[in-house]
Amino acid sequence: MSGFGGFVLRRTVGALVTLLAISVIIYVVFYVTPGNVAQISCGPRCSPAQVHQVAQQLHLDDPLYQRYWHFLEGLFAGQDYSTGTSVAHCPAPCLGLSYQSDRQVTDIILTKLPVSLSLVSGAMVIWLVLGVGTGVLSAWRRGRFTERALTAVTLAGTATPVFVIGLVLMIVVCGELRLLPFPQYVKFTDDPEQWAWNLLLPWLSLALIEAAAFARLTRAAMLETLAEDHVRTFRAYGVSERSVVGRHALRGALAPVIALNANNFGGAVGGAVLTETLFGLPGIGQELVHAVKVVDLPVVVGMVLVIGFFVVIANAVADVLYAVADRRVVLA
Amino acid sequence: MSEALVATQAPGTDTTVPGASGARQFWRRLRAQRAALVAAAVVALLVLVALAAPLLTALEGQDPTTYHPSLIDSARGGVPIGSFGGAGGGHWLGVEPQTGRDLFARLVYGARVSLGVALAATAIQVTLGVLIGVASALGSRLVDQLLSRITDIIIALPLMIMALALLAIVPTSFPRPVLVTFVIGLIAWGNIAKITRAQTLTLKGLDHVAAARLSGWGTWRIARRELLPGLAAPVITYAALLVPINISIEAALSFLGVGVKPPTPSWGQMLTAADVWYQAAPQYLLLPAGALFVTVVALTVLGDGVRTALDPRAASRLRVGTGAKGEGRAAGAAKGDDGTPGAGKEGAA
Repeated sequence: MSGFGGFVLRRTVGALVTLLAISVIIYVVFYVTPGNVAQISCGPRCSPAQVHQVAQQLHLDDPLYQRYWHFLEGLFAGQDYSTGTSVAHCPAPCLGLSYQSDRQVTDIILTKLPVSLSLVSGAMVIWLVLGVGTGVLSAWRRGRFTERALTAVTLAGTATPVFVIGLVLMIVVCGELRLLPFPQYVKFTDDPEQWAWNLLLPWLSLALIEAAAFARLTRAAMLETLAEDHVRTFRAYGVSERSVVGRHALRGALAPVIALNANNFGGAVGGAVLTETLFGLPGIGQELVHAVKVVDLPVVVGMVLVIGFFVVIANAVADVLYAVADRRVVLA
Repeated sequence: MSEALVATQAPGTDTTVPGASGARQFWRRLRAQRAALVAAAVVALLVLVALAAPLLTALEGQDPTTYHPSLIDSARGGVPIGSFGGAGGGHWLGVEPQTGRDLFARLVYGARVSLGVALAATAIQVTLGVLIGVASALGSRLVDQLLSRITDIIIALPLMIMALALLAIVPTSFPRPVLVTFVIGLIAWGNIAKITRAQTLTLKGLDHVAAARLSGWGTWRIARRELLPGLAAPVITYAALLVPINISIEAALSFLGVGVKPPTPSWGQMLTAADVWYQAAPQYLLLPAGALFVTVVALTVLGDGVRTALDPRAASRLRVGTGAKGEGRAAGAAKGDDGTPGAGKEGAA
């Protein structure tokens, strides 16, 4: 399988190149901005002298390539920052300091990450079960009312913005029926039961949208497999329809589902930002929206880089898993 | 990687080289789908409402930006006075809590923003994508490598996150709807470029293009006269699916408070504060949410119908609408086997 090994290697190198390119693009785009970075970071009431001081502190007068190199250095080796009165050390994956709070961006991300991971991982379980289940059901009942109804529902599902579903769920479940209190984040380590109850609605809102995409993909992939010759052979040998659909066709859907799950990661993160903001969950998404509103560039750049990192890794993993699950794929 | 996609994706789209009769065929096939027809009617109505927004509000005698402090009860936190959120003869759908702005006017002007931003952003995406895709396919090896790499990177960037971040750095004085349009348009052209490149590579090998080349036509003339007609089908198909996605993104950004900002109305933005007011003025939540839902679903169904009409074989084989990311992969999974029956032929919804 040298061909496969080579494929994995090429994909890994490609991912690394992409990551580096993304870091350059993001750095250039955000720090060669039309606005004055020093002015922004200092605040609107800063005097020109203070702005100049901040510019020096942030090395804004250095040429761009030097500043980027400095940034990379911080990422891989850590950095020392003067905060005016003292010198703070920012250890290895250093993404800089927040303009607003002087906290290290890495710290901010690390404190927010558990919330976002709680949201996305829980929702992922729901959307995979629900999505694949619905897809299997509608492939099995193809041509009948069940399939047509499910197709319509999933189409509406893929089309609805996540915050609309979330809003409606929240108002119906928490406001009108009072089945659940309005969600408030509780740490898993504090109280796992409350953690789950409070995350239930955010999970559902995020999962329903994603599940619709998986349902459509599963159904399509299964129908495609069902039309293949080997399935016709199974049928001819008298294998039951349930076994044909449940085992053989489902296997054919496995590869695209795996690929979509990893490939969809970027989209799910976008959905998570909306879900967090809607339900007031203190995760990465909410922090990013806040940082964008107050133009806290190091936080914005750091978060985009971290999210981009995850997305590129997820995409690379998707391609490799896809090749593993479906050996028909061309490894060229 | 892109090589694999190209090799597997092309056969699905090579049946469509529409000329004048192709267009007629397209309409016939589109009309045959009941769901797509209904969706097209809804979309046409929405466009009409958006275009006639000033007329409609003049008919009502209101405008979307005037505050009506007399219509809200400031003692109760700004709840609209009267039943049904102040709906009545003067304000057809009631007024906004706290400001007293006319809801009907904001809703119809919001349609302008939603549709305008989404269509303009789609136009940017298609222009950029087609230019880059064609240049990539017709250019030298180096150009192709470079452009393909850039395209891959653009696709790898998470759209919502990049759009959010880009909105942070542009001065607030820039008109927001235009800004949102450009941000969406400039980030999400990657898939169109990829599809265009693949299709152009296929077309390049066809006889009529080779003949044009042998006749000594220039690259530009070949691209315009021989390639663009063949590119129409896949590009239109994908663009039709991009419009509802763009609407959702604009709504999402405005909902987060970084997209279109007041006083310019936008459906997503109207929903930002709606959850607080749902008991006193339920329509403040239901109207923009419903408008968004209906618009996006109608456009998605229409997009599905367009796809089926342009390429019935691929549509019956796949019939997936997994959005931007799933697209290439699903096509890759399809492997381009010819004529796989059994996937059913009925309409999308």
